[in-house]
Amino acid sequence: MPPIIEPIIGRYMMLELSGRSHRLYFEEAGEGIPLVCLHTAGADGRQFRHLMLDKEIIRKFRVIAFDMPWHGKSFPPEGWEREEYRLTTAAYTEMIVAFCRALELDRPAVMGCSIGGRIVLNLAIEHASKFRALIGLEAADFQAPWYDTTWLNRPDVHGGEVCAALISGLIAPQSPSSARNEVLWMYKQGGPGVFKGDLYFYRVDGDLRSTVGRIDTTVCPLYLMTGEYDFSCTPDDTTRTAQKIAGAEVTTMEQVGHFPMAENPQQFRKYILPILEKISAAS
Amino acid sequence: MSDAHAQNPDTASLAAAFEQLPHLLAADPDLVRRGAFFDARFQVGIGSTPFDVKLEAGCITGFERGPFLMRPWRFAIRGTSEAWSHLWQPIPEPGWHDVFALTKKGCMVLEGDIQPLIANLQYMKDLLVLPRNIIVGR
Repeated sequence: MPPIIEPIIGRYMMLELSGRSHRLYFEEAGEGIPLVCLHTAGADGRQFRHLMLDKEIIRKFRVIAFDMPWHGKSFPPEGWEREEYRLTTAAYTEMIVAFCRALELDRPAVMGCSIGGRIVLNLAIEHASKFRALIGLEAADFQAPWYDTTWLNRPDVHGGEVCAALISGLIAPQSPSSARNEVLWMYKQGGPGVFKGDLYFYRVDGDLRSTVGRIDTTVCPLYLMTGEYDFSCTPDDTTRTAQKIAGAEVTTMEQVGHFPMAENPQQFRKYILPILEKISAAS
Repeated sequence: MSDAHAQNPDTASLAAAFEQLPHLLAADPDLVRRGAFFDARFQVGIGSTPFDVKLEAGCITGFERGPFLMRPWRFAIRGTSEAWSHLWQPIPEPGWHDVFALTKKGCMVLEGDIQPLIANLQYMKDLLVLPRNIIVGR
């Protein structure tokens, strides 16, 4: 088989966040409406590679995914060795707004999954006018925790192995083995304590139950899509959240779990294409 | 737990399926390989029927069906018959498809010193669903 050079381009950007310089890695493919994609906790932007390779999508959309600081090919900021990483709502929100500004994106659409889905809700609360559409995958304003995060970073348990083993159950049984194992590999590659630090936002700092009702979908449309096999953010969690937001569109996706775009790209495509078509038609 | 309840046909068929675990593991050399550094003594509760399992280097070297009197164990995984019955379906339903989906639901519990379990979590999850390879009628 001849080699295949993919259309995905990766670059680094020096970006100041919270007063500190960060070396941020991002990938992109396509032209047109900017679609910024936010990966799940403890993973990286590779989760969106299937969207970036989808000719039908990149014909109309410039799909962009950055690795958050501490994740993937983005380094932690200088001095990281003397601190415990903890993601906060404020820092996460600032990061996304600063990234979009740095690339001079014109009212991008943003799609985030899991913690990325949660922060999409906060973008809708605080920055709706900056975006043309917001898509929350596996998103809710709050979810009941299902394990003790202290197991994620301690010397008598391999961090990568336990992160992957825990989240493996969030992948639907129908998802293809190759895609399932790609998701697991990304979790096995995460830096020590990074998944745990992301979950500080998810479990402690990012409870949006009291503010999500402020979202005005007439300023920016909000789409919420959750996989039926996601027992971390269940379809009920998403529906309960959406009931507080007039105009939010909710979809429960069959035969996928917590990582729809990465664990079963073909199945996810059936659900995301009509939404991207709506965003394209409105642009 | 009453012996009468242990004779419930559903629990009995599930326990019979679990009794095949040593054979199912022996037939899975890749799983044995992944457990190369795993030694443990634990119990698994299938409904009201407890099993005592001894692992050495990823292989089952002791396997006994209870009830037991004062039998020590380091950690235990106990689930209702309903939980195991769902988990062992060829394609389990949403919310019934993983050990932690079941603990969140409240029909499975992890007990004792779970450090060895967490340190070998994927191995344990894969071991515990091996009876899925046997047809379990509901």
